[in-house]
Amino acid sequence: MKSSLKKLSRGLIVASAATAALSFSVISQAADTIKVGVLHSLSGTMAISETTLKDTVLMMVDEQNKKGGLLGKKLEAVVVDPASDWPLFAEKARELLAKEKVDVIFGGWTSVSRKSVLPVVEELNGLMFYPVQYEGQESSKNVFYTGAAPNQQAIPAVDYLMSSEGGNVKRFVLAGTDYVYPRTTNKILDSYLKSKGVKESDIMINYTPFGHSDWQTIVSDIKKFGNAGKKTAVISTINGDANVPFYKELANQGIAAEDIPVIAFSVGEEELSGIDTAPLVGHLAAWNYFMSAESDINDEFIETWQTFTKNEERVANDPMEATYIGFNMWAKAVEKAGTTDVNGVRSAMYGITVPNLTGGIAVMNTNHHLTKPVLIGEIQDDGQFEIVWETKGGVIGDAWTQYLPESSKIVADWSAPIKCGNYNLESGVCSGQNY
Amino acid sequence: MIWRLWQILPLVCLCLLFVFVSSAQALTDSHTNSREELARQLSEKSWDKLEATITELSAKGDDESQKLLTLWLSGQLFIEKSTDRLVIGNRSGRMYLIADPITDEALGEVKKRSLKKIKINNRLRNAIRTALAIWDLKSEDPDKRLQAVKETSRNIQAETLAILKAMLKTESDEDVHSALTTAVALYHIQHGNDELKLQSLEILSESDDPIVRSALESIKTETKNKEILLGIDSALADMDRRQDYYSAIESVFFGLSLGSVLLLAAIGLAITFGVMGVINMAHGEMMMLGAYTTFIIQSAFPSLMEQSLFIAIPAAFVVAGTVGILIERLVIRHLYGRPLETLLATFGISLILQQAVRTIFSPLNQAVSTPEWLSGSWIINDALSLTWNRVYIIGFSLTVFLTLLFIMHYTRFGLNMRAVTQNRAMANSMGIPTHRVDAMTFGLGSGIAGVAGVALSQLTNVGPNLGQNYIIDSFMVVVFGGVGNLWGTLVAAMSLGVVNKLLEPWAGAVIAKILVLIFIILFIQKRPKGLFALKGRAVED
Repeated sequence: MKSSLKKLSRGLIVASAATAALSFSVISQAADTIKVGVLHSLSGTMAISETTLKDTVLMMVDEQNKKGGLLGKKLEAVVVDPASDWPLFAEKARELLAKEKVDVIFGGWTSVSRKSVLPVVEELNGLMFYPVQYEGQESSKNVFYTGAAPNQQAIPAVDYLMSSEGGNVKRFVLAGTDYVYPRTTNKILDSYLKSKGVKESDIMINYTPFGHSDWQTIVSDIKKFGNAGKKTAVISTINGDANVPFYKELANQGIAAEDIPVIAFSVGEEELSGIDTAPLVGHLAAWNYFMSAESDINDEFIETWQTFTKNEERVANDPMEATYIGFNMWAKAVEKAGTTDVNGVRSAMYGITVPNLTGGIAVMNTNHHLTKPVLIGEIQDDGQFEIVWETKGGVIGDAWTQYLPESSKIVADWSAPIKCGNYNLESGVCSGQNY
Repeated sequence: MIWRLWQILPLVCLCLLFVFVSSAQALTDSHTNSREELARQLSEKSWDKLEATITELSAKGDDESQKLLTLWLSGQLFIEKSTDRLVIGNRSGRMYLIADPITDEALGEVKKRSLKKIKINNRLRNAIRTALAIWDLKSEDPDKRLQAVKETSRNIQAETLAILKAMLKTESDEDVHSALTTAVALYHIQHGNDELKLQSLEILSESDDPIVRSALESIKTETKNKEILLGIDSALADMDRRQDYYSAIESVFFGLSLGSVLLLAAIGLAITFGVMGVINMAHGEMMMLGAYTTFIIQSAFPSLMEQSLFIAIPAAFVVAGTVGILIERLVIRHLYGRPLETLLATFGISLILQQAVRTIFSPLNQAVSTPEWLSGSWIINDALSLTWNRVYIIGFSLTVFLTLLFIMHYTRFGLNMRAVTQNRAMANSMGIPTHRVDAMTFGLGSGIAGVAGVALSQLTNVGPNLGQNYIIDSFMVVVFGGVGNLWGTLVAAMSLGVVNKLLEPWAGAVIAKILVLIFIILFIQKRPKGLFALKGRAVED
C-alpha cells in the first residue's frame, strides 16, 4: 500500500510529461523484481511432459535467488497454463509480455505451440527460450533454441547405426507420429540416407496418428521388412504416449534389440518411467544429455532436482538440461549486458558459454542454436540409459538443414553484418521469412 | 648314520614345507591372477577388445565362463571401483547387493556409484547369445536345445557345424532334429559348393524361419549361378505364398483383437447410451478409473503381481460403478430429456475427473506391470505367432459380453432394464421403479467401463488421457451397431476392427482410420439407426 502510494505520488510529479510517466512506470515496476515467464502446459495432453519443465524453471529461479538473484534483484517466476491448446499459447505469451511484462519466457514443447507463439514474441520483441529437440528450418530473432536441431540428433544417430559399432545397418524403417516434427525429420533423413547410398527399397516410412495404441500390424510389417537379409533398424520419431504400446508390442512379438534395434528421438528417462523396461533393454535413444552422464555437475544437478521436487526417484531428461543451459545462459547474458532489455541480452548471448551437464561446454551461436555433444544411449532395465557412443566434441546446431535441396544454401546469422534468420548464401538475399 | 639323519630331517621338512607352500601360493596366484586379468579385460573401453574377451571365454568352455557370460548378458556383472574386483550386483532399492561371481558368496551392500557396470551393446549381446547357445546345445531340455540350434543358425562357424552334425546323429527330438537339418543346410548354402547349395535349397524351401529367408535374400544378391538363382527364387516364392496365407490369418486376428478392445470400450456405453439415451462423455474416464484401480492394486500388493488383474477386475467394477451411480444421482438425474445439457455436463465431469487424477497421481503416466502369463507370444509355427495379451483380451471381452447378455436376458434387473428401454412410460406404470433402474443401469455401464480399463492398462498408457483416446471410438461403435443393441455392438466392434486392420497394411494407419470414419458417416446417412435398429421406444423418439 505504502509503496503504491509512493509510486502514485512519484507518478504525479512527472505527470506533466505523459510519455515520461509511461516509461517511468515500466522502470519502477522492473525495479522490484526480474520477471521470468513460464509458458508450459500444466493440463491437457502435453502436461505429462511440460510440467517437468515448469518445475525445472522454478528450481532454476529458486537457485538463482539463493545466489542473490540477478543485477541485485530477485527473480520472480510468472507461471501460466496454456493447457496444451495451441492458440492459447499465443494468447498466454501475449499476456506474459504485454500484461505481466516478463523479461524472458521459457516455454513450449510441441512445434505447433512454438509456431503459434512466434508472431507474438516477434511483434512484442520478447525473448523466448525453447528447450526441446525439433525439426529445425527456423531461426527467429526473438527465440533461442536450446534443444537439438536435426543435425544434433537424427543425423549422428544414423551415422552411428551405419557404423560397425552400431551394427552396419543397411535397411531403415522411419516410423513417426503424423505431424510436423517427424515429417520434416524423416524428409531430412530420407534424403541423407539416399546420399549415403541407401536404396529407396531399403527405406520404409510409416506414420501413425497421435496416441496410436494398436501397433500389431505395423510391428508385424517391421518384422517382415527386417527379414530381407540386411541388418535393419527402426528410427522412431513416435511421440509421447504412443511409445509405450509400441515397445510393448515389439517385446510381445519377440523383436529383440539385437535383431532390430529401435533408435528413438523422443523417448527419454521420463517416458520410460511409466513402463517396465526389462523387455526394452538394448533399444537406443539419441539425445544431448542422459541422466546417467558421469560428471560432478550432473550429480549436483540431480541432487538439487530431487531435493526440489521432494522425490528421490524423480528422473532428469534432455529437455531439462536444455532448460538448464538456456536459463544459465540467459542469466549470464543479463549480467554481461547489465540489463534485462531484450536487445542488450540478445547481443550478449552470442558466443556465451556455460557448462553443460555432461561435462562439456555449451556455446550459443549466432544462428540462435547451441553447440552441444550428441550421445547415443541404450535403455537399461532400471529405466535409465547407458551411454554407448558420443560425438567427439560438440556439434554446432544447424538452423537450416543442408540435406534438403530447398534449404541447403540457407543459413541463419543474427550478428552483423548479415543479421538475418533466413539468408541465402548464393544470392545474398535475406528472405525475411524466418520460420 | 643316525646323527646324519637327525641333521637332515629338519632340512627335508623345511624343503617339503617350502615346496608345499610355494605350490599352494602359485595355485592361488594363478587363480587370482586370471581373475584380476579378466576384471581388467572386462573394464576395457573398446568394443573390439570386449568381443575378443567373449571369444576367449567361450573357447574356455568351462562352467565358470558360462556363468560369467550369462551374468554379463543380463547386466549383473560389475566391477567394484575400490577393489577392482569382479562382482555380481543386484539392485535392491537404491543400493546394490554384491556377491562373488563364482562362489555367490554375499559381499555386502554398496551404492551404485561405487560399482562400474561391465559394458555391453547389441553387438556384444549377439556375440554372447551365440556363445551361450553352444553350451545350451548340450542341454537336457529339448526346448533349450531347440532355442540354441536356432540361435547358432544365425551365424554358423565351421567349429559349430561339427557340433551340429554330431548332434544330428543322436538327436531324438523331432523339432530339434528338423531345426538341426535346417541349420546344417543354412551353413551349406552359405559356404558349400554349388551341388551342396542346390541340395540345401530343397531343405530350406520348406522352412518359414525368418533367418532362412534372410539368408536366401542375401545369397541372392551374391551368387552368379543361374540354377541356384532360379532355385532361390522358387523357394522364396513358396515362402511368400505361405507367408501370404499366414499374413491373412494374422490380419484377421489383429482385426478381431482390435475389435474386442473396441467392444470392451463400447459395451458399457451401449448400455448407458442405449438404455437411457444419455450421451455420457465421461465414459472414457470410467475406463481411466478402472486402469488406475489396477495401478493401485498393484502398488498395494506388489507380491501378488501375477494375480493382480483378478483382484483388479472386481475392484475396478466397484470403483467405476460407484462413481457412475454418484454421477447419475447427482447430475444426470436432473437432466433427463435434455441431451445437449447432458452432453455438456458429462463433458465437464470428464475434465474434472482428469484433472483430479492429475492432481492426485501426477500428470505422468503410471507404471502398470504386465504379469508373466500375459507377455510374449503363442508361437504356432515359424511364420505365425499370436501375442498372448491379445489372445486373452479377445477371450476376456467375449466373456464380458456373454455375462452382460446373461444379465440382460435372465435376471430380474435385466428384465426391468429392457422394459424401461422399450417403453419407459409403460414400464413406470407397471410399477417398475424406473429411477432406480436408471441409476443401476448407469452404474452397470460405468462398472463395465471400469473393467475395460483393467484390460486397457495392459495395452496402453495408464495416464489421465487414457479415456479420451477411446471415447470417440466407443461412440462410433455404438452408433454403427445400433443404439441399445448388444449384438449390434458386438458385430459393429468386430467388423470395424477387422476392416481397419485389413485396410491398414496398404493405406497406412492414418488413412485407414479416416476411411473407416467416412464409411461410418455414409452408412449412418443410409441407415440412421445403425446396423441393428431397435424396435420400441427407440422407434418413437
